Amino acid sequence: MTTERYSGAELVVKALSALNVKYLFGYPGGTVLDIYDALFKQQDVEHILVRHEQAATHMADGFARATGEVGVVLATSGPGATNCITGIATAYMDSIPMVVLSGQVPTGLIGDDAFQETDIVGCSRPIIKHSFNCRDIAEIPNIIAKAFYIASTGRPGPVVIELPKDLLMPGQSAEFSMTTEISIRSYNPTVKGHHRQIKKAVQAISQAQRLVIYSGGGVIIANAAELLQVLVEKLNAPITNTLMGLGGISGLHDNFIGMLGMHGSLEANKAMAHADVILALGARFDDRVTNNVKKFCPNATIVHVDIDPTSISKTINAHIPVVGLVDIVIKQLLTELEATDFSVNEKDNQDWWQQIEQWRKVKSIGYENEVKGSKIKPQRVIEAMYQATNGEAYVCSDVGQHQMFAAQYYPFAKPRQWINSGGLGTMGFGLPAAMGVKMAFPDSHVICITGDGSIQMNIQELSTCLQYNLSVVIISLNNRSLGMVRQWQDMVYGGRHSSSYMESLPDFVKLAEAYGHVGIQINSLNELDEKLTKAFAIKNKLVFVDVLVDEKEHVYPMQIRTGAIDEMWIKKGVKA
Amino acid sequence: MRRILAILLENEAGSLSRIVGLFSQRAFNIESLTVAPTEDASLSRITIVTKGDDKILEQIVKQVNKLIDVLKVTDLTERQHVEREILLIKVLAMNDKSRTEVMRITDIFRGAIIDIGKQVYTIQLTGDAEKINAFISTLGNETEIIESVRSGCVGIARGEKALRVK
Repeated sequence: MTTERYSGAELVVKALSALNVKYLFGYPGGTVLDIYDALFKQQDVEHILVRHEQAATHMADGFARATGEVGVVLATSGPGATNCITGIATAYMDSIPMVVLSGQVPTGLIGDDAFQETDIVGCSRPIIKHSFNCRDIAEIPNIIAKAFYIASTGRPGPVVIELPKDLLMPGQSAEFSMTTEISIRSYNPTVKGHHRQIKKAVQAISQAQRLVIYSGGGVIIANAAELLQVLVEKLNAPITNTLMGLGGISGLHDNFIGMLGMHGSLEANKAMAHADVILALGARFDDRVTNNVKKFCPNATIVHVDIDPTSISKTINAHIPVVGLVDIVIKQLLTELEATDFSVNEKDNQDWWQQIEQWRKVKSIGYENEVKGSKIKPQRVIEAMYQATNGEAYVCSDVGQHQMFAAQYYPFAKPRQWINSGGLGTMGFGLPAAMGVKMAFPDSHVICITGDGSIQMNIQELSTCLQYNLSVVIISLNNRSLGMVRQWQDMVYGGRHSSSYMESLPDFVKLAEAYGHVGIQINSLNELDEKLTKAFAIKNKLVFVDVLVDEKEHVYPMQIRTGAIDEMWIKKGVKA
Repeated sequence: MRRILAILLENEAGSLSRIVGLFSQRAFNIESLTVAPTEDASLSRITIVTKGDDKILEQIVKQVNKLIDVLKVTDLTERQHVEREILLIKVLAMNDKSRTEVMRITDIFRGAIIDIGKQVYTIQLTGDAEKINAFISTLGNETEIIESVRSGCVGIARGEKALRVK
């Protein structure tokens, strides 16, 4: 019996197909042409041709965030690979499962400064979960399988595979053999919380008078939202989400007290500051949450649940660390609460909620309405966007003021509905991420909320949108400025707007039309709702909505630098 | 506080660079680092001497453990252990007086002269870092040091405790 033999390139494609990869986001080039040839000859894996490799990584990232599957990227060696760096770093910071297949010059040329050679394994080393150098053609399928396994288990993250051209070319061949049961002796993430720690956690929770649940992106990644809701209701605890954790509990849930941190709600930050027990679930006490760590919640016992031991006690010391997958740990907590006959202490709970209601009354998430003849407030646009989509859209954000406004004014009912670059803060992420989401969910409303700065960082992808008919709705809060930079310059740098305003902006309507899409401009409040509704009614066409908003608007509330978590500006010149 | 970490990891291309990269990326200190394959050729063992308080050490150990290639990490300084370093040092030995003095010091420290030239002696010494420091400084007072090389520390736990797979 003869077994069929394949080239390395064919093995790559067969492996992807065996792993049920539907889309491969990439851009061809010299070292990966054999893979492109192999892709051409099959139907299983569809290649999506972007206009810049960075966009391929963000597209794969958006796809992964919306679906929970691994996003897969293909780039050529040298500039193709280095163009992926920002996207890899973005995925790394937000723990997104991604596999990046990078070409490499033939083995014999490695190290010779050959044409389009870069050491992509070296370049990407600090921003990946793991990487592989491929040096044996027969190993290709197993390396790819391992990469998927590593990318998607434990704390997910990007994995880079370097494929030298000589291993892909028809000159060498091997049988296709890929293991389905992956075991890596040096990689065994802890998934279940230690039973003693669970007991300690439940004891602390049971004795709490002022409990706060603080949940992050880990809840989204672990698909733990439903369980989280059960836990929240069982404890009747207030819950706050990080920027990455929005949608982990419905933004409309009574117990939800808003996002916390730098631009979080006053009630969320106050509740944290006054809590006696903080239950942190899949969150990492990021500096944009804690503000000054020395002043962070001094009276709280901190229970920290995370899959990644390095996240625990990194910035804030955890009194009760629990290493494990958030969904499994919540189940364990619920079981232990049952076993110990837990019931809410009505008196303490009511007092605590009454206190929180006082903070809620400040209505820290709010803005001053337009006066006659003034420009549209950016917050108003997010509210209109919410109305126009019944709050059901996937909202993919770029980075800046619009990102914060979207986080504050669009309550997300479900996990994976809010897609943004929280950790790295990558401008240019929004559009390609939205495209990746649209590939996964073509029948849903997918919004790219952006600004005149961010959108120009990957605007070339409007061309990809046309090629694959990706009818994303782009809503650009156009303030002719780099709004967040400008805000800091107003607040910290004496109003000196050094390089923060955009002269010679393009005519975005014409630009959208030039790319074959629909462009709409909104410049007065009375046309906002009508034109937005119209934009969302257009089917099978990308619509670029350019909304001219008030450039002087700042994002509030805002933590006061070097202060405690709850020291905030509520609005210009007004401290909480 | 000075700590000695022993790390067992896959003996694969790039494994060492991940460790070294991690230390520089996260601003952890490396005082010395040694690496070589173990009796099981698929594994390498690294000894790193570093500095840091308990909180930093906890992060270092966790971060090293998080690397996919790493099988085991332990802080040898947590319990009883043996550490050794090897020094090769070349000194000026021009006349009888200085030769005698160099030999005397070498004897006292239980080192060995392993090579001689017309005007130089090359000495080998093993011991912990403190002993080696003392030897270098004593020798430096007697004669001119031409060059020296230290292996960096290697360490192992005392007694039954062992760093091994399975």
